[in-house]
Amino acid sequence: MGKKKERPYKVFKIEKGTVIDHIPAPKGLLVLEVLGKKNDGIVSIGLNFDSQKVGKKDLIKFENKIIDKEETDKIALIAPEATINIIENGEVVEKRSIDVPQEITGFLNCLNPNCVVNRENLQPHFEVVEEGPVKLRCKYCERVWEVKYDMVENKRK
Amino acid sequence: MSVKMKNKSIISLKDISKDELMYLMKRAKEVKEGKYGNFLEGKIISSLFFEPSTRTRLSFHSAVKRAGGDIIGFASAGSSSTKKGESLGDTIKTVSGYCDLIVMRHHVEGAARRASDVTDLPIINAGDGANQHPTQTFLDIFTMLEKKENLDGLNIGLMGDLKYSRTIHSLLVALSFFGVRLYFISPEALAIPERYTDYLDDINVEYEVYKDFKECGKDLDFLYCTRIQKERFYDPVEYESVAGSYIIDKEGLSYLDEETYIMHPLPRVDEIAVEVDEDQRAIYFEQAHNGVPVRQALIGLLLGIIK
Ligand SMILES: [Zn+2]
Repeated sequence: MGKKKERPYKVFKIEKGTVIDHIPAPKGLLVLEVLGKKNDGIVSIGLNFDSQKVGKKDLIKFENKIIDKEETDKIALIAPEATINIIENGEVVEKRSIDVPQEITGFLNCLNPNCVVNRENLQPHFEVVEEGPVKLRCKYCERVWEVKYDMVENKRK
Repeated sequence: MSVKMKNKSIISLKDISKDELMYLMKRAKEVKEGKYGNFLEGKIISSLFFEPSTRTRLSFHSAVKRAGGDIIGFASAGSSSTKKGESLGDTIKTVSGYCDLIVMRHHVEGAARRASDVTDLPIINAGDGANQHPTQTFLDIFTMLEKKENLDGLNIGLMGDLKYSRTIHSLLVALSFFGVRLYFISPEALAIPERYTDYLDDINVEYEVYKDFKECGKDLDFLYCTRIQKERFYDPVEYESVAGSYIIDKEGLSYLDEETYIMHPLPRVDEIAVEVDEDQRAIYFEQAHNGVPVRQALIGLLLGIIK
């Protein structure tokens, strides 16, 4: 069998903003959930493209939004394989490198209902104990989790 | 070897290195030999048992009182202000003004870690739900060291509920500090979780898996037993069919070596027959009693009284 042909595709071209490519499918929606959909430009998302790098991939473009370090860390936890390009004047001006952070507070919640974080409404805190796929250990109950959709805080609010 | 444990909190086994563990064991031995006397005189220890546990609580109380210290606290959440809706953080901040060290047990996992976030006093976790109970592991290791001096090269059987037992998981991690070979003995439904065998593979600790202690009993230096709860089985018939393989009675003793020590975290139900108690290999009461010097030494080290 020959190489699978990559079909050409067009998602809105942006003059300025961030392109997050090579998100292994089906994590695209999770990445979007974590970053939030609010944006002062178009947010376009493409799901399930063929990719030689990751099999099936998702892609997100944020018009006008330059993602910051915290957002880059969030992507690193969910899809360390992704590539992030920052676009200005229609050109790639930065290839953002993705490093999995050592610790993470805030946006992910511990899924253990008997964890003190949930019982006392505390700020969640995780240590990264494994990369690829990322595994997080709750500082409190010490359970180890793979990042899942259910853990994303935005979803609960 | 210089080990500083003053003002540390002991919440989880991962808070203690092998050096610290060995240091604690050495000091606990000295405490047991009576080297330190009333070293807790003038100290107040809080014992906060949000979840009742008679044995652990009594052991801590005995430890403090026998070393001349005072102990204050409560034996259940019903008699604490938590019942009135006070947050854990507030309870701990308040109590911190009344004592020098806090021992706590709570049914919520992570409660002790949370407590250590809000106070500068050392906290000893005496159990947080299904998570951790490090002093149990310390007294288990102490008991083994008392019998064998060096654990390197020993064969240690862990038997019973290997899937859910907090005691087993914690002991396994501590034993992995030493060059031991582990024998996991359990019914399939309660087998040791893969995350632990993966961990052992990663650090090159050797282990074997059995369904009946009679198949490997002669090889063991220690057989650590835990209770198999009927409720863990969907099918009571399945429980009945396997339970016998994990009960040590007089007949079962003949499948062990002359020097296989039998341990148990207590309380036992029927997994070790009372007739076994008389056997010189049965050391589970001795093991429980070792909780006192081990907890004394730990408190002494965390308060900086024992150096
Ligand atoms: Zn947790």
